[in-house]
Amino acid sequence: MLRVANVQGFWGDSMDAPARTVRRQPNLDYMTLDYLAEVSMSILAVQRERDPNAGYARDFVDVVKSLIPAWQSGAKVKVISSAGGLNPNGCAQACIQALQEGGCTGMKVGVVSGDDIVSLVRSDFTENPTADYPNLEDGASIRTVLDRLVTANAYFGAAPIVEALRMGANIVVTGRVADPSLTVAPTVFHYGWDWTDYDCLAGAVVAGHLIECGAQITGGISTEWLDVSDPANMGYPIAEMHEDGSCVITKPEGTGGVVNERTVKEQLLYEIGDPAKYITPDATASLFSLEVREEAPNRVRVSGARGIAPPHTYKVSATYRDGFWAQGQITVFGRDAVAKANRCGAVIFERVRQAGYDLQRTSVECLGSGACAPGIVPEPRDGLETVLRISAADTRREAVERFTKEIAPLVTNGPQGVTGYAAGRPLVHPVFGYWPCLIDKSRVQPRVNIYDV
Amino acid sequence: MTKIRLGEIAYARSGDKGASANIGVMAYTPAGYDFLRQALTAERVEQFFKPMGVGKVTRYELPNVHALNFILPDILAGGGSRSLRVDAQGKALGQALLEMPIEVPEDLLPSLQLARKMNS
Repeated sequence: MLRVANVQGFWGDSMDAPARTVRRQPNLDYMTLDYLAEVSMSILAVQRERDPNAGYARDFVDVVKSLIPAWQSGAKVKVISSAGGLNPNGCAQACIQALQEGGCTGMKVGVVSGDDIVSLVRSDFTENPTADYPNLEDGASIRTVLDRLVTANAYFGAAPIVEALRMGANIVVTGRVADPSLTVAPTVFHYGWDWTDYDCLAGAVVAGHLIECGAQITGGISTEWLDVSDPANMGYPIAEMHEDGSCVITKPEGTGGVVNERTVKEQLLYEIGDPAKYITPDATASLFSLEVREEAPNRVRVSGARGIAPPHTYKVSATYRDGFWAQGQITVFGRDAVAKANRCGAVIFERVRQAGYDLQRTSVECLGSGACAPGIVPEPRDGLETVLRISAADTRREAVERFTKEIAPLVTNGPQGVTGYAAGRPLVHPVFGYWPCLIDKSRVQPRVNIYDV
Repeated sequence: MTKIRLGEIAYARSGDKGASANIGVMAYTPAGYDFLRQALTAERVEQFFKPMGVGKVTRYELPNVHALNFILPDILAGGGSRSLRVDAQGKALGQALLEMPIEVPEDLLPSLQLARKMNS
């Protein structure tokens, strides 16, 4: 049996989860750490513009440091992470330096790169006028945003990670890979599955999907979260992988949270489309044949996955610059709080208009009055308190700048009971549009490098 | 018939898929799944979310896990990276759907509800 844990579900997850998990569960074989959401690459691109050595999730280097004591006292756990972002080699070098400084030598760090295809996409248009990388959502040609394109990365599968593990890597740093492939790779490497064992691969894809968001399967964001025990010490998930592709989802002893049939089913349905076709670069899995069964407290067996061959294309996640946005908040307390907050919103936009800017996109939300589902759930009556959340987006930076300056004046010009304005003027952020598209697998070659520490 | 909120017989989880969102709705009991299959249609969910500008809702049935998966196009006002909404990624939509009022035959209700609490 092979134990694969996920100890970072996203960039910003609990920094001590990795060290805590291996301390609680010393027989772990692998830990996976997922850092890349759909538009993370654009944030990394901005960081790399300021510093060519940046462009990866720096959190991961601190995680590697935090694991040194475990490795030095004999833990064999290997680590696979998409922390490399736009600069997997830079990330690996920073990890190697951290390991050397910590006296943790004799390890090998593998790097998977080659997923960054932004220059390929750009050059395609000078060489091949018919290339248009249609947007998977609306079919538009990438030509329409080509001059504003920031990043384009192909989602690799498990194969290059398996290659790094074969070369002896203890730590594998990747750029963009499909999230479940972080789990598929060690399982393929361990059991020696063939790349056409689609049912087995589908089982590992499902396991990877289940654990990829960390504590979301161990009680986090559960409908029954209020009943979850010890949420300050959430256990992170472990998939016990079996040779037939089935798995048991569990968590370390003595940790908070819960793994039961319901937490597993919730996460199974998380961010999926057609359950007949859960597409990854390793296999396309069907979720219809799955059986989810609680076999003991905090142990849920997931079996019966069916798979077919993956598509001949990689999914590509591209991002482009799409103007600027800002968002500010003020609290309004007292009679008719929502009406007052809405009027504050109108005042702010009127002031920006008087300054010469008709903002292209705006939003006024009165938090506390059902703003997360406007018009759906009934507003609480006689609400004495609301938080005005006001936002604007525009292609002109100066228009958004002006907007950020019109919120504070309400502290003295607005209704009695305006308070809680302590954070100062909101910051102006770039907006990045998301462009999902496809590229033929034959056009992108993963690269695998290995470094000794 | 008695009127309850959907959350009494089902649990849910939601998130984003580009400019769309999905909501997984799981029945607490097998009888609850049979009931929801009839009562919680794609049209019903589409009507419920109409004020938020949802497009044509698709429903997938997963009888093996007593779950229904709803795809809600265009409900995020631009999607995760462009939307100005506080819930730009649709994380709260599951909780919203569980507030849906739903009519249930009174004699059927006990067979649709969860018998025990999570950690007890």
